[in-house]
Amino acid sequence: MSQISRRELLKGSGALIVTFGLAPAESFAQAVATLVGNPSKEVDGWLAIAADGSVTAYTGKCELGQGLYTAQTQLVAEELCVPIERVKLIQCQTSVTPDQGVTSGAQSHPQNFNHMNLALAAATGREALLQMAARHLGAPVEQLTVRDGVVSHQARKVAYGELIGGRKFNLPLSGTAKRRHPRDWTVLGTPVKRLDMPAMATGHLEYAHNVRVPGMAHGRVVRPPTVGATLVAVDEASVRDIPGFLRVVVKNNFVGVVCEKQWQAVQAASRLKATWKPGPGLPAQATFHDYMRTRPSRDTLLVDSKDIEAKLASAATVVRATYLHPYHMHASIGASCAVADVKKDGATIWSPTQGVYPQRDSCAMLLGMPRESVKVNFARGSGCYGINGADTVSYDAALLSQAVGRPVRVQLTRKDEMAWENFGLAFVIDQRVGLDRDGNILAWDYEAWSPVRGGRPGYNQPGNQVTGFLAGFEPAAFAPRSPAPAPSGVLANGQNVVPSYVTGCIGTACSGTGTVKSERMLSRSVESPFWTGPLRSPARLQNTFAHECLMDEVAAAAKADPVEYRLRHLRDPRLMAVVRAAAKAANWEPRTRTQNPEPRTQDAVRSGRGIACVLYEGDNGYCSMVAEVDVNIATGVVTVKRLVMALDVGPISNPDGVRNQAEGGALHGMSRALFEEVTWDAEKVTSVDWRTYRTLPVGSNIPQLETVLINTMDAEANGAGETSITVTAAAIGNAIFDACGARLRQVPFTPERVKAALK
Amino acid sequence: MPAINLRVNGRAQTVDVDQTTPLLYVLADELTLNGPKFGCGLGQCGACTVIMNGQAIRSCMTPVSAAAGADVTTLDGLGTVEQPHPIQRAFIEEQAAQCGFCLSGVVMTAKALVDRTPNPTDAQIQQAMSGVLCRCFAHARMIRAIKRYVREKNA
Repeated sequence: MSQISRRELLKGSGALIVTFGLAPAESFAQAVATLVGNPSKEVDGWLAIAADGSVTAYTGKCELGQGLYTAQTQLVAEELCVPIERVKLIQCQTSVTPDQGVTSGAQSHPQNFNHMNLALAAATGREALLQMAARHLGAPVEQLTVRDGVVSHQARKVAYGELIGGRKFNLPLSGTAKRRHPRDWTVLGTPVKRLDMPAMATGHLEYAHNVRVPGMAHGRVVRPPTVGATLVAVDEASVRDIPGFLRVVVKNNFVGVVCEKQWQAVQAASRLKATWKPGPGLPAQATFHDYMRTRPSRDTLLVDSKDIEAKLASAATVVRATYLHPYHMHASIGASCAVADVKKDGATIWSPTQGVYPQRDSCAMLLGMPRESVKVNFARGSGCYGINGADTVSYDAALLSQAVGRPVRVQLTRKDEMAWENFGLAFVIDQRVGLDRDGNILAWDYEAWSPVRGGRPGYNQPGNQVTGFLAGFEPAAFAPRSPAPAPSGVLANGQNVVPSYVTGCIGTACSGTGTVKSERMLSRSVESPFWTGPLRSPARLQNTFAHECLMDEVAAAAKADPVEYRLRHLRDPRLMAVVRAAAKAANWEPRTRTQNPEPRTQDAVRSGRGIACVLYEGDNGYCSMVAEVDVNIATGVVTVKRLVMALDVGPISNPDGVRNQAEGGALHGMSRALFEEVTWDAEKVTSVDWRTYRTLPVGSNIPQLETVLINTMDAEANGAGETSITVTAAAIGNAIFDACGARLRQVPFTPERVKAALK
Repeated sequence: MPAINLRVNGRAQTVDVDQTTPLLYVLADELTLNGPKFGCGLGQCGACTVIMNGQAIRSCMTPVSAAAGADVTTLDGLGTVEQPHPIQRAFIEEQAAQCGFCLSGVVMTAKALVDRTPNPTDAQIQQAMSGVLCRCFAHARMIRAIKRYVREKNA
C-alpha cells in the first residue's frame, strides 16, 4: 500500500489509498474525497458570460461567515478582468454548482485560489476570450489588452459579451492557463468590503432560519433523554389535542412532532409522552482522560526514528509532561434550522450544510430515494466552525416532511443542538523531550489518546450524526489496530500530531519544519461515548497546545529564551519568519528565567507573556502569536491583555478578511482556553445552554488584537481561518507561566486550576 | 382568542395567535421579518433582541400578549440595504461581523443603550453587551462599531 501526502491527495492526484492520523484508512480516504468532491473539469461548469457581459460564477465552497462569498467574487473578477459588480456568484446548489465536497478544513483557499477549480476556470476562460478577441480583432494575443471585460488592440475594442455572450465555452480547464500574478492584482488582494455585510447588518439577509415555503409546517424533534437510550413507546394521545397538531413521527429511535405553527410544535415536543429504555451509562468525567488510556485503540505511528528510547536514555535532562484537553463544542450562536419539501418523486432541502452534495447523497439514503431525486440548496446558517447541527437538522426536516407530505421547517432547541452535536475531540497527550548537555533538544516522543465516534456523514454515512443514527444507520465502524504499522511514504501532518521542532522523516523523506532527528509520534484513537467531528482546528489545536506549551517548559529547563529557543530548533524559513514577526511586533524582550522570580504572594496581579507557533496542518498556513496576560494570584483569574499575531498564508486575497478571521480565531481560541468544556453526568450531557457551556460574551475584557500579515506572493494560497485559534491556548498558557510560574497543562484554564498550579 | 394589535417597525399589525406565543415567532413567522433570530430560546444569547417601547428585550422569552399595544423595532426595521441606519452603517464600515447571525443582539442592544445614554463610557458599553454573545468572536470590531456610531452621532 503506497502512501501519499494529504496535499497530493487534495491536489487531486486520484489515488485514495492512505494511512493517516487518527482515522482508519478507508474513512480518511472518504474524508479527503468529501473535502475535494468531484468538481467539473469544464469551464462551463464554473462560469457563464451573458450577452451584456455580466458573469455568473458557480462555486461549491459556501459562505459560512468567513467571507468566502466576497473573496471568491474578487477572484473571478480578477482573473476575468471584469469589475467586481459584474460578477454574480452562485454558491452550493446541487442543481447548478460543481461538487466540491464540503467547505471545511481551511481548504477553500487551497482548492479554489490555486491552480485548479474556480481560479483555473476563470484563467482558462480569460485566455479563451483573448483568443476569440485576437481572431475578432485580427491581432496577435500578445498585443491585446483587457480591462473591465473589454479587449482592445490599439483603438479597436470588443467586449466579452460580443465574443461569447450567452454561449458556452465548451472547453476543458487548461492546466497551462496562466493565473494573474498577485503583483498585478487590482481586485483580489485588496480589502474589498464584504458584499453581504449591508444585508446582514440591516437584517435583510435570508438565512436558513428565514426560508419560508408555501404550505410549510413546523417540526420539532424529541431526542432521547440520555445517551444511548432507545425508544419503547410514544403516546400520540398526549399531544393530539394541541391546536394545529399534525403528526408524531417515529422512525426507529427518531422521534419528531409536526404542527401548523412553530409554537404549537414547541408545546407538542415538550408535552409528548415517550418511554425510553435507558442507555448503558457514561464513563465518569473526572477520570475520563485515564479511562481513554484503558480502551482498545486504533494506533497510527506518524514518524518513528527507532532510536527514541536510546536517545532519551542518553539525554542529560528529560522533560516529561501530560497535557489534557476536554471535549469542546461548536456551540453555534443559532440553534440549527432547515426546511425540507419531500414529495413522492423528489425532495428539495434548504440547508445550512457545509456540503450540498454530501448532504444530498446521505439524505437520499435516509429517505430511501435515488440521489438524483434530491436537490439541496445551501441557505446561510449561523457560523458553524465545523460540523454543527446543520446536517443533522436537515435530516430531521427531511424525515418529518416525508412523513407528513408537506414542507416542514425544523428548528432545533439550544439543548438539541448542544447535547447531540459532534463534539471536538478530548485529548490526553504524554510527551518526553530529551536535552543534551548544552540544552539542545535531542529527541521528542509523543503518545496521545483521543475519542472518536461518527463524524462527517460524507456521501454515504448518515449514521455519523445523531439523526441518521436514531433513524437506524450505523456510524463509521471503529476498528482497533495495535500495534500501529510502521510509517511509510511522506509524512502527512494534517492533524499537527508532529511538533514543529522535529525533522518529520520517514526513511529519507523529511518534511518536518524542525531539526530534531530522534522522533516518535504515536496517535491512538478510542471509541467515544459522544458524537465527535471536526471543530475549528480539529486535533491541530489540541496537539499544538501540548507541543507549544511543552516547548516552553523545555526552554525554561534549558534556561533559554522561548523565542530564541524555538528558532534554534526550526528550519522552515517561513515559520521562523512568523515567529520573528510576532516577537518584533510585540516588542519581545528576551528572557531566560524559569519563572517570575519575585515572591508571588506580594502582588495581587502578575503580568507575563508567552509565544507559540504552528504550520497549520503541516502545509496550510503559518502563524505565531504572542499573548500578554495578567494573573490575579489571589483569585486565579486570568485576564488576557494583548494578542499579537503574525500570519503567512501565501498571497492574501483580502487583507481585511484575513484580519477578521485572525482576530475572531484568536478570541475564539481564548474563549476555548479559558472557559469552554463539555460536561456530563452518569447518563447525559449536562452542557445544554449558555449557563452550562460558557463563552466569552461581546461585553467582556477584550484583549488588544494586533495582526501582522506577511504577503508571500509566490507561494500557494493557504487557509487562514484556523491558524490563529491553533496557537492561542498555548500562547496564553505560556504567558501564565511567565507571569507567575504556574504551568497550566489542562484546558480550560479555570481560576481553580490556576490556583492549584500556583501551589 | 382575541387578536393582538401591535406596532412593528412603524406599522400597525394585528395578529391572531395563541397569546402565549413568543413574540419572536410572531415576528418571524407571521410578519416574515428576518432580523430577530432564534439563538437559544432562553434569553441567554441576544440573537432575538428587539427594541420594545425603548427597551432592548429578548423576543424569544416575551409572550406576544406582553407586546399588545407596544411599539416594536427590529433590526430590519432600522434601515435598508440602500439606506442603513447610522448604527448599521457603522457596523458595515467596521466590517463588524462574520456570519451575522448575532447582529440583532449586538446592534439592537447597543442602539437601546445609546438611545438612553448618548455618550456611554467603555464600562457602560461593556456592561450593556455583557449578555450578548457572538460565536464568530467579532467582538473587537463590534465594540469599535458601537463607538464609531456614538462618535458620529454626537459629531
